[in-house]
Amino acid sequence: MNETFFIEAENLTKHFGEVRAVDGVSIRVKPGEIYGLVGSDGAGKTTTMRLIVGALKADSGECSVCGYDVKKHIEDARSQLGYLSQRFSLYEDLTVLENIRFFAEVRGLKPDEWLPRSLEILDFVGLANFKDRRAGQLSGGMKQKLGLASALVTRPRVLLLDEPTTGVDPVTRQDFWQLLIRLVSTPLHLPPNSENLGGVSRRDEGGVAVLISTPYMDEASRCNRIGFMKSGRIIAEGTPWQLRDRLTGRVLELRGSPLNVLRRAAHSDPDVEDVQAFGDRLHIRVREKKADDVLSRLKSRIRSAGGTIEDLRVTSPGLEDVFIALSEASNE
Amino acid sequence: MNSRLFSLIRKEFIQIWRDPRTLALILVMPIVQLFLLGYAATTDVKNISLAVWDQSQTPQSRAFLDAFRSANYFRIAYSVGSQAEYRMLIETGKARAALIIPPDYANRLQEGNAQVSMVLDGSDATVGGTALSTARLIGQSYATKVLTEQLALTGRSATITPPVEVRTQVWYNPDLISAYFNIPGVIGMILSFITALLTATAVVRERERGTIEQLIVTPIRSWELIVGKILPYVMLAFVDVLEVLIIGHWWFKVPVRGDLGLILLLSGLFVLSSLGIGLFASTVANTQQEAMLTVMFTMLPSIFLSGFFFPLDAMPKFLQIVSYAVPLRYYLVIIRALLLKGVGVDALQNEIIALTIFAVVIMGAAALRFRKRLD
Repeated sequence: MNETFFIEAENLTKHFGEVRAVDGVSIRVKPGEIYGLVGSDGAGKTTTMRLIVGALKADSGECSVCGYDVKKHIEDARSQLGYLSQRFSLYEDLTVLENIRFFAEVRGLKPDEWLPRSLEILDFVGLANFKDRRAGQLSGGMKQKLGLASALVTRPRVLLLDEPTTGVDPVTRQDFWQLLIRLVSTPLHLPPNSENLGGVSRRDEGGVAVLISTPYMDEASRCNRIGFMKSGRIIAEGTPWQLRDRLTGRVLELRGSPLNVLRRAAHSDPDVEDVQAFGDRLHIRVREKKADDVLSRLKSRIRSAGGTIEDLRVTSPGLEDVFIALSEASNE
Repeated sequence: MNSRLFSLIRKEFIQIWRDPRTLALILVMPIVQLFLLGYAATTDVKNISLAVWDQSQTPQSRAFLDAFRSANYFRIAYSVGSQAEYRMLIETGKARAALIIPPDYANRLQEGNAQVSMVLDGSDATVGGTALSTARLIGQSYATKVLTEQLALTGRSATITPPVEVRTQVWYNPDLISAYFNIPGVIGMILSFITALLTATAVVRERERGTIEQLIVTPIRSWELIVGKILPYVMLAFVDVLEVLIIGHWWFKVPVRGDLGLILLLSGLFVLSSLGIGLFASTVANTQQEAMLTVMFTMLPSIFLSGFFFPLDAMPKFLQIVSYAVPLRYYLVIIRALLLKGVGVDALQNEIIALTIFAVVIMGAAALRFRKRLD
């Protein structure tokens, strides 16, 4: 049986002048799945999202949302999606409720539907007590929640979130993710007339498909799947586990003192590819199958340089290690 | 009504209502401009300040001065005793003209060859021109009066009449009151200014503040976005038209001789062309400031080339040709004709056709350039 994808992007390409902002990106997201786009600034994450929502026109490639071709049936596709842009893009001179009402109505909610739905969604994101406050007077985190609320008010089946938690405090980030996880795991309450929307039947209905971009690795590790973007391309894709597995057995963790001696010793080993400091410890990435060699060489090297080792062992790689390795690999 | 459109319009009105500066611009600016142009920008020349050097100091010379005094055009502000004195007054702008009556005035009047001289400050051409012609008129009519009196003294009681007399009739505005001419102009100026400027900034504001990105991903159609952005300002423009008409009619007594429905209908046609300019400017500009400058850039020349202040007939051929591309030009003809002459559609056919063409072209160009996208 064919799998259903709510987002299907195939070979998307977008140039800005000479710059290839997006260069042959393909992404598929299933209902109930959170797909994380990760990558440094300028990697093409925002442009990719803008291409999928049709805010920018792709130079080439295909894209559909819930079965609606973004080029041919953009308005139908848009009626299925909620989008939260990186920059706050609601009306600061409107109140929380007025903003939600506006976006609910222009996206087709009837006069008797929008109010209960808005109150429900404000309650869901925890802004119910602020409904009459002007959006411009909300804190950064509250603005993002309002953005999420107005993206969610029509119960879209596809949600695109562009760095929704950038500049938001850790507690609010935590809240935000709890909201997201609740959202994708909750089956949709579809109206009865939506038996067959763009070829997606109700039986396949699992939940919402989410495409989220984030610069934070802890957030990336919460996604079902991750695409790592670099220079407009997705250079690695998989579950967090699959991505981490690429470096299994290749990352050593070293604690000891003094740190600069340890670092110099590690760098001088021919089989060490990279050394990164994580607080009081170093993560040392080594060539494939060289972990044991490096381990024994490093011990003697550090002792002869006058350093002390508290702990040195092979550790399970973090996503951060993987992304650093990927970024460097593609630079070469 | 289309509910998406209705939501857009309501949102726009909430935003206008919450922005006191825009609101003031819309509601107060027309009144300020109306009073400014109704009172201050009058080209009626009255009370020209006059310096008099009466070297004759005779009953005859005083009678001559009385003739000047009794016409409203001059005000005898200074009595001087030397050329240096009136020169100084004119140089400092305290007097606009000087009247010099020679010492032998009374005697030569008797002989029938009296001369008085007048010095005019021509640096303000309007005032100078009016002063010149009225001074001549006053002098002529006084001379006729003196001649009649002299003839009467000699026993031949006949009234002198010049062989040719031009009998003038001024239609529509018999007292040539500037306000009658200016207030219809103010309506045109305000209409084009408010609609073009506000539409342009309202559209660009969405882009500048980033709200366009959220708007783009809603299922709003492009035309709905255009209409939803424009319609609120069309409504406000009509509020302004009525505001200016009411104040103009009741305060400045400007006649409204034409059909009110026709006035509003043709004003609507003109508003469409201004909206087109505003919308077009919004597709060119990226910031509200740029939009504002772009609108100003088109607005100023169009006011000068519209015949608002300066008659088009007197302009060089080239500028006259350029003025055909200025919608305000046609609207001024229309609104002045409707208010003052009370004509019907048939007298304004050419202007209506020209405005329609302009509105269609500019709206079409703006709509083509208007994209519901970021790039």
